[in-house]
Amino acid sequence: MPQEQRLILKHADQPGYTPDIECYMRHGGYEALRKALATPGRDLPDGKKQTPREVIRDEVLKSGLRGRGGAGFSAGLKWSFVDRRSGKPIYLICNADESEPGTFKDRQILHKDPHQLVEGMIISCWANDVKLAYIYIRGEMPHAARLLNKALDEARAKGFLGKDILGSGTELEIHVHRGAGAYICGEETGLIESLEGKRPYPRIKPPYFPAVLGLYMCPTIVNNVETLCHVRHIVNMGGAEYAKLGTPNNTGTRIISLSGDVKNPGYFEVEVGKVTLGEVIYHENFGGGLKPGRTLKAIIPGGSSSKVLKAGEKFKLRKKGPDGQMVAVETDLLDLPYDFDSLQQAGTMSGSGAVIVMDDTREIVDVLANVSEFYAHESCGQCTPCREGALWMSKALHRMTTGGGRSQDADYLLHIAQNIQGRTICAFGEAAAWPVLSFVKKFKDDFVARGKADEEARAKGIVPASHH
Amino acid sequence: MSFTVPAKLEAQLDELTTHYPQKRSASLMFLHALQEHFGYVSPEAVDWTARKLGLQPINVQELVTFYPMFRQQPLGKTQVKVCRTLSCSLAGSDSIRKHFVEKLGLDAHKHGPQTTADGKFTVEFVECLASCGTAPVVMVNDDLVEKCTAADCDRILSKGR
Repeated sequence: MPQEQRLILKHADQPGYTPDIECYMRHGGYEALRKALATPGRDLPDGKKQTPREVIRDEVLKSGLRGRGGAGFSAGLKWSFVDRRSGKPIYLICNADESEPGTFKDRQILHKDPHQLVEGMIISCWANDVKLAYIYIRGEMPHAARLLNKALDEARAKGFLGKDILGSGTELEIHVHRGAGAYICGEETGLIESLEGKRPYPRIKPPYFPAVLGLYMCPTIVNNVETLCHVRHIVNMGGAEYAKLGTPNNTGTRIISLSGDVKNPGYFEVEVGKVTLGEVIYHENFGGGLKPGRTLKAIIPGGSSSKVLKAGEKFKLRKKGPDGQMVAVETDLLDLPYDFDSLQQAGTMSGSGAVIVMDDTREIVDVLANVSEFYAHESCGQCTPCREGALWMSKALHRMTTGGGRSQDADYLLHIAQNIQGRTICAFGEAAAWPVLSFVKKFKDDFVARGKADEEARAKGIVPASHH
Repeated sequence: MSFTVPAKLEAQLDELTTHYPQKRSASLMFLHALQEHFGYVSPEAVDWTARKLGLQPINVQELVTFYPMFRQQPLGKTQVKVCRTLSCSLAGSDSIRKHFVEKLGLDAHKHGPQTTADGKFTVEFVECLASCGTAPVVMVNDDLVEKCTAADCDRILSKGR
């Protein structure tokens, strides 16, 4: 039976569990940090030696942990790209700017178990020779910012932060930095600019890869809240043991945020790939199905930037056959394992783990208009195709939802979206274009029909609301 | 009216500046603190921040105009932010905003924040507040109201009056 497997949220919702350090330590908190600091170096079979810090980094790599913020990139590889020979300080930033529509997982950690993040950060900083780190938290979470500051004070008082962490001779300071309502600050180079006190205009890569030229042009690691929490568990369990959770190449657990037209919206921590998209929506342990009498229309599987999936879609998934050969298996949308690779093979992504469900009562044109308005509002304005295109698509869709539609609007929207993707400095261009491309392509009849209906109404002399 | 930052707040901000290797980094945190104290970020607050951090006023002003949370004029005592984005929209955030706007005699068709003449309320649509599982959500000053109903709206209104 598909069920939750809570690692990160193990204690978060237990009665009497509080966000203070005493409670955290009663539940084994900061033991992983002690273990990490006491890690011995080791000799490798090829005669090379690993320092204790390299051992921890190696365990994270072996764990197969993939970033939980959206891109799903290997955390261990990301750490391995850090320029350790520049002589400059190395910084670590926790990306707590949770803003991808549909996502509310980091909110749970930050409010209910902030010390888990702090411990994960201290270990990650130690392993990467970081002496100064920041938590960039979105401005709309003022209570969480206060909880984090309190948690950091408590950790400082216990000697987990400061000039000489637990007598190890290593120093580390972590500070909380608040954003101020801009989605683009979740993009790591935009976040870095924002942390430098500027407008969060993303930087062009190359050359500004954060691992080499990040905060103050120094090597910088940017990791999501959930990702950093996993580091604590990797140290506790060992990388190889952690990798047994989940499925190959999709290891560990992750928190799914489920919202929209389901009976029981909420967050669910599962082993990656052990639960299907259909189970997330329909199983009684998760979403509990649709409201009575409704049928499924569409699913946004990984935050609003991910490409939409249409009810009834089938995909060819590459799977290992009985003889070990890779074979293509036809898989229904609802049978897709909810993991990084399966969703990618289905032409979309699991992104931030945010599933938004729409039933048959929803007008697809209205849904896309809502999504596009978000991207029009949040484009930072640096690149012309995105600044103009996102607004242009949003205006066209607004016109379509207020009686001003045209039968050619579907193609018109596709044309604009195609001219945004791949033509911008950061991935926001794709984030704005993908919903339009996928919604319009998969539900083209809906868009054409809406346009035609509006044209006919206007021919009869009905003035569209958009002209009032 | 002269612009004076209380000594205690200034000391807090001076301490905050030490969190960063480069002073400029503190500018967002300065603006948050000044807005919290004065209710909005005035041109004097921009100049003061620039002087404190060794910047040109434009370096600070461009932040105030970019980041949606910063305000250039005083807002209502109770600030109501209704989430507009998809999951909240599916759960009826449009009627939540309408409820506030109509009860307060504001213009339902106007975009952006609107403040009542008596200065008691500001109502606006904002983008995703990251609580989609308990949609529709509303932020009232620093507090999140989850699964917001018409009754919740009326409670917020009567409390703020």
